[in-house]
Amino acid sequence: MRTLVQTLLASGFFGRNTPYDLVAAIAVFVLSAAVFLGVAFPFAGIVSWVERRVWARIQSRVGPNRVGPNGFLQWLADGVKHVCKEDIVPTDADPVLFKMAPYLVVLAFVLPWAVMPFSSALILADLNVGILYMTAVTAITVVGVLMAGWASNDKWSLIGGIRSAAQIVSYEIPAGLSIFPVVLMTGTLSMQGIIRAQGWAPQHWFLFANPFTFVAANILFISALAEGNRTPFDLPEAESELVAGFATEYSGMRYLFFFMAEWGNLFIIGAIIATLFLGGWQFPRVSNNPVVMNVLELITFNVKVLFLVFVSMWVRGTLPRVRIDQLMTLCWKYFVPIAFANMIGTAIWVAIWPEGNPVAGYIMFAAGIVVAIVFIRRVVFYAKRSQMELYYYPTI
Amino acid sequence: MVPLPHLMALSAAIFAIGVLGFLTRRNILVMFMSVELMLNAVNLAFVALGSRLGTMDGQVIVFFVMTVAAAEATVGLAIIISIFRGRETVQADDLTMLKW
Amino acid sequence: MHTALFWFLAAVSVISALGVVLQRNPVHCLLSLIVTLLAIAVMFIGEGAIVVGFLQAIVYGGAIMVLFLFVIWLLNLGVEIGPTGHIALKFFGTLAVAAMTAELMAFMLPPHLEVKYAGHVAGYGSIDSLSQKLFSEYLVAFEVTSVLLLVAVIGAVALARRTSASEIAQNADDSARRAQGAS
Repeated sequence: MRTLVQTLLASGFFGRNTPYDLVAAIAVFVLSAAVFLGVAFPFAGIVSWVERRVWARIQSRVGPNRVGPNGFLQWLADGVKHVCKEDIVPTDADPVLFKMAPYLVVLAFVLPWAVMPFSSALILADLNVGILYMTAVTAITVVGVLMAGWASNDKWSLIGGIRSAAQIVSYEIPAGLSIFPVVLMTGTLSMQGIIRAQGWAPQHWFLFANPFTFVAANILFISALAEGNRTPFDLPEAESELVAGFATEYSGMRYLFFFMAEWGNLFIIGAIIATLFLGGWQFPRVSNNPVVMNVLELITFNVKVLFLVFVSMWVRGTLPRVRIDQLMTLCWKYFVPIAFANMIGTAIWVAIWPEGNPVAGYIMFAAGIVVAIVFIRRVVFYAKRSQMELYYYPTI
Repeated sequence: MVPLPHLMALSAAIFAIGVLGFLTRRNILVMFMSVELMLNAVNLAFVALGSRLGTMDGQVIVFFVMTVAAAEATVGLAIIISIFRGRETVQADDLTMLKW
Repeated sequence: MHTALFWFLAAVSVISALGVVLQRNPVHCLLSLIVTLLAIAVMFIGEGAIVVGFLQAIVYGGAIMVLFLFVIWLLNLGVEIGPTGHIALKFFGTLAVAAMTAELMAFMLPPHLEVKYAGHVAGYGSIDSLSQKLFSEYLVAFEVTSVLLLVAVIGAVALARRTSASEIAQNADDSARRAQGAS
């Protein structure tokens, strides 16, 4: 970054007396705009198409397949449609807050990308409080959602906003407590530091480091789904009861912003889990060329994240919505105590084996494989028994 | 580097605004918010002085102030809710009796 | 912290702090308060208190303020119509605040307050140094704070629950009687 700015200054493009800070500010601005317009926002759009396709196949439907090859351009068509629509502000709404709310939600979606560890070199800012930063900036979502719910001056919006806030604030506690076991084992909050403490092989991942981290990873994933308002926790926008929840009164681009942030948050959820528990970008050292290594690491990281994104789509297609009291019971009566127990258990584990226990890693990994095999066998068994017609082709 | 007097003056200004709000507003919730404002002004002074003196003590105190503020907010808001149940008001001027 | 950043944050925090005091709608007051707190959090980070700054954003922006919003909605507070309170109180309150501000400024602004700034040691404001301090020198205070939080939670639940103790006893009696009648 610094060298880039100095090269720009030396090239004389900006004039002789331009201050360093100004050029740096412009460079940061242009780079981040390029990253968001080129990576984050298209990702959110494409994920919306992928999700509709995956969801359709789970429900034995076809899904969008008209616009472009296999409907790939559907997200672009939807985006253009939303941008062209009229932006309506209801008469009785609070105009300033109503207009500001979607921007806050998008802000909470773009800020985490600053500490996203794509590879060993590709990270915008390796803050030494990276994971804490992640937690802090995603907390802004709740303010935006509450603002949208209240400023719309509508019962559905208000109920949706309150539900969402209750849900996000409650699930932040088990999510935060599930991050701590990893922090205890590594002694650092930096994203790169956490990844470097793991290895490329699954038995060196923190997911399999000890039984407590395995439970913590599951709690964190479920809590993150709840924080992102995903099914089965999508009560804030439960169509059958609340129309569209806090987004009921929104139209056009502001409506698009809410849902773009929701789909984009899937990547952030996946990235947090992949970084903390799945070894992030770790890849065996096959080459000494840093460029080749970084590309391989980038691919590894993205494969892990996209697998988690797929799992959350799968969950959305499979599970029914829970009730609000079940949601709160799950959080306060089960997740919070279990997360505390995890933390204490990990602390004891670290006290006994400060360098980690390699045998436990192998045993946990073997147990994980056994669970996966049992799961797949059950799925195959039920698929055979129900005699459903399976289409193995991803495209129609 | 920002001079210390600037930071302290900013802290004093925010504190004064908090006192002003506490004295002039009669809505209990807004009075409560003014208290939070004063607490944060003091936090800023702690952090600024600690940073200039190169010690961590200022930040530790801020940590405790935040905890106390959280405890205070929970209990205070619970009191406001129970007052509202009995009196249907949050205006401090209407709450003149010690008992209801 | 860069001087330009300081002036920007100072302007934002003072204006939004005034917004807390001057606006009539409690929700607008609260949102102004959130802006003030976030500006102060950024200032913490600029002053080297990185962990504390992020904690401020999480604890205040994420939790305490949402609690306030819930209460405002639970009580269904609207916009205050017309001025409230005694005019004399406002007049003398403003005078007192002006006097206090003048006094504080007279104390704060002169350069004698400036200490010799040596630069931070490595790791200043990191989670290591904070917890070193917290769990050695301030351990007793830390434990007392945790007890305080527990007491606050119990107190809040006891204050906000709708049924009083006698009603609970009544309900228990009723159900016991019903159980006896059934058997």
